[in-house]
Amino acid sequence: MSSAATTAAAVTTSTLASGRSQDRDLRSLAFLGALWFSLFFGVAVLFALIVDTAISGAPRFDSALFTQYTQTFDPERAEALAATGRDPKDLSAAYTGFRSGIVGSIILMITTALLAIPLGVSAAVYLEEFASKTSRFSKVVEVNLQNLAAVPAVIYGMLAATLMAVVGVQRGIAIGGAVALALLILPVVIITTREALRSVPDEIRQGSLALGATVWQTTWRQTLPSAVPGISTGTILGLSRAIGEAAPLVMIGFGAINFAPEFPFVTSKIEAFPLEIFNAASDSKEVVQQAASAGIIVLLAMILGMNAVAIIIRNKFQRSW
Amino acid sequence: MSTQPATANATSEEEPLSLALSIDEEAAHSVIGDVPAESVMETFHLNVYYGGFHAVHDINLTFGKNEITALIGPSGCGKSTVLRCLNRMNDLVPGARVEGEISYHGQNIYAKGVDPIAVRQHIGMVFQKPNPFPKSIYDNIAYGPRVIGMKVDNMDDLVEEALRGAALWDEVKDKLKQSAYGLSGGQQQRLCIARTIATKPDVILMDEPCSALDPIATSKVEDLMLQLRDDYTIIVVTHNMQQAARVSDRTAFFTAKPDETTGNRTGLLVEFDRTKRLFSNPADQRTEDYISGRFG
Amino acid sequence: MTALTQPGPPSGAGPAPVLTARPRPGEAVIKACLMTAAAASVLVTAGILFAVVEPALEFFSRVPAGEFFTSDTDSPYAVYPLIVGTLLTTAIALTVAVPIGLGAAMYLSEYASKRARKWLKPTVELLAGVPSVVYGFFGVFFVIPVVLQGWLGLGISAYNPLGGGLVLGVMIIPTVASLAEDSLSAVPLALRQGSLAMGANRMQTTLRVVFPAALSGIAASAVLGISRAVGETMIVLMVCGSIKNMSLNPGEGHETMTGTIARTALGESPVESTEYKYLFAVALLLFAITFVMNMVSIAIVRRFRQAY
Repeated sequence: MSSAATTAAAVTTSTLASGRSQDRDLRSLAFLGALWFSLFFGVAVLFALIVDTAISGAPRFDSALFTQYTQTFDPERAEALAATGRDPKDLSAAYTGFRSGIVGSIILMITTALLAIPLGVSAAVYLEEFASKTSRFSKVVEVNLQNLAAVPAVIYGMLAATLMAVVGVQRGIAIGGAVALALLILPVVIITTREALRSVPDEIRQGSLALGATVWQTTWRQTLPSAVPGISTGTILGLSRAIGEAAPLVMIGFGAINFAPEFPFVTSKIEAFPLEIFNAASDSKEVVQQAASAGIIVLLAMILGMNAVAIIIRNKFQRSW
Repeated sequence: MSTQPATANATSEEEPLSLALSIDEEAAHSVIGDVPAESVMETFHLNVYYGGFHAVHDINLTFGKNEITALIGPSGCGKSTVLRCLNRMNDLVPGARVEGEISYHGQNIYAKGVDPIAVRQHIGMVFQKPNPFPKSIYDNIAYGPRVIGMKVDNMDDLVEEALRGAALWDEVKDKLKQSAYGLSGGQQQRLCIARTIATKPDVILMDEPCSALDPIATSKVEDLMLQLRDDYTIIVVTHNMQQAARVSDRTAFFTAKPDETTGNRTGLLVEFDRTKRLFSNPADQRTEDYISGRFG
Repeated sequence: MTALTQPGPPSGAGPAPVLTARPRPGEAVIKACLMTAAAASVLVTAGILFAVVEPALEFFSRVPAGEFFTSDTDSPYAVYPLIVGTLLTTAIALTVAVPIGLGAAMYLSEYASKRARKWLKPTVELLAGVPSVVYGFFGVFFVIPVVLQGWLGLGISAYNPLGGGLVLGVMIIPTVASLAEDSLSAVPLALRQGSLAMGANRMQTTLRVVFPAALSGIAASAVLGISRAVGETMIVLMVCGSIKNMSLNPGEGHETMTGTIARTALGESPVESTEYKYLFAVALLLFAITFVMNMVSIAIVRRFRQAY
């Protein structure tokens, strides 16, 4: 605020002949300030969130956060700490870790990627390179995708739960969650892949077709490779959304798992990191909430890291034709 | 507005000219001069429509073997449209419809059962703007032979041959693995020509190949065209009359006739003859106006 | 040149080149696979409808509709209180997201340089990438106790739609900003130039020329924001409370539609129980609301696209 006031004061002394004075009157500056506020309000909230959470989670940035299962009781450590005069019951909680959630989320993310990327990229390639843009099929799929993008995440969980019931598999296994998350991010993958394909200039396609290449050869050898940066950006953003999503997993019966998933992981019961954080956050014991705070910082680091990678790919590697 | 293309020729003699016809007979009449004896491609009553818009009306042309045929005319006269029909690149334009016949060695390339991909393997194309692939120079050349499944004993030799054929070898032989995007515009265009001849086509179509190039690069491409004439049949669209006069054996002059109601311009063939005669002694007044700079 | 030895079509005379279609089975299979993938997205919609409608119908066969469509908070299956909770949360979220999202969109579209936009836009979009569980945690442990009850001294309950709506609003800022920016950028440059040429400054141009011209697109962005807010689950589950409440006071705890769904799923109710089927009835209503909102948004966008 004070900096805006000083700039305004400076403007009154500047000459009208500067040419930009019209944009420097008080109201314009206030307006610009409001826009700046809008732009950075969210970032400021995010910053406050990170700082506040990091402070409350600070005591738990230890290796146990990654190596321990939810509320595992380590007798040796408990004994060592009981000597300090604290209740061993609390101590077990103090060693709450997110091992199963972190492992589970990694399995989930890989499985989700394996499902969503081939399906989404294939669909986008068909719509962009093969289908006639004016065909009824394209129009139906287009509107359908826009609708799917707006379907609440929790409903994707219901769909996956129904699919699992129809197939007759156990609730809470990895593949069910991966199906829900893959379908959830499918519209994002399709839409961003289409945009990436569309940004490849037609001259490249024509050059290839004029040599006698087929449409698929042209797509596979020219268009898709040129669209890879755009596709990866969209896919990474989609996956980063999937990894933080908890609502659909609630519907599938994901829950407290205190053991390592068995091979093959996709049919094993697993826990998801955000869901584990949710459970820890709902716990009444302060030590567990502390662990939740620390877990949030870890989750955010993963997600913001993925976002950063996506943005860097978009800004650095995307060819400007 | 029924613009059934066949009707243009099927108009019976006893009836007065139907008002529904967008093109009157007089304007549509083409002067066909000396026609090549040995032809590679011919168009018969070629009409092209984009949706409801009649882009090209009744074109009859013959392209001679080992000749350079230039298609000239003001912008919007349909010369590029005709060129793109010759290897079925117009198939890629949504709503495009071609009527009439284009014969290639006696086969109608628009006949049922003809594969546009096979057509393009025989009839290559070079575009207005150089469009090398975002790959190395080597891969740009090797791409065509690979995708069409040509049996190649030694790809390195083929690449060298193609680059030599396009008079580019000496300039790029030390940087074959570098990106084609590092080349100058003229080099890129010659690379695109090399890329085309690597697949050993029969006919090469060129769509204003020099319009994006400077004069020096243009003259290099023109020299190359003359050199390629020995082995290929070349059909070139150009907006540059001097270029047509310099390189081509025969020239087809097109004009555009605006529709009175819609203002859409339909391309017509005015005159087709040996280049020398067409430029020195045009038979049609419109040709004369155009080449003497009075119009277009 | 003539040394080219590979089989190519001979120039001119000789056997006529073969132009007939070569069967390309691989190509056909690939095309069929790609088309199946594209069609799968339609199957997903069908699957969603089946997954939600079938158990919802089962619910209505067990429970009279009057016990569902009622404001009686004592009825275990009353949906009106949930709608009130969802509406309150959504309204507060939009109060945050629409002005701020629009402001950010105006800056990105009208003021930011191309280079600045390249980095600023993803920064704004980062907010949509933060997991809702994290927002929920922040709402419960910071926004309500520290900001609302502490700094502002509001006498509100520990879980309420006010706090939930505020964090939810932050989350959907990018949704609103992104679509609003698209519509602002779609306003033709000529309109801006016309205004600037008449001596209007940038603010006047933005507010009086660009903004009205983009109004329908901005409306669409708000509608899309509503559909996001209505469907968000974890934030409202954690922050808004779990009391069925018809009061319009956002400071009191309210159960919401998505909150009920998640809470029931997390609970002990067997999958075949009426309690569990109930959540599908709520989900069907939720799906219908988001579907209508989304269609409205698409229709508005389509109209403004036509305008330019």
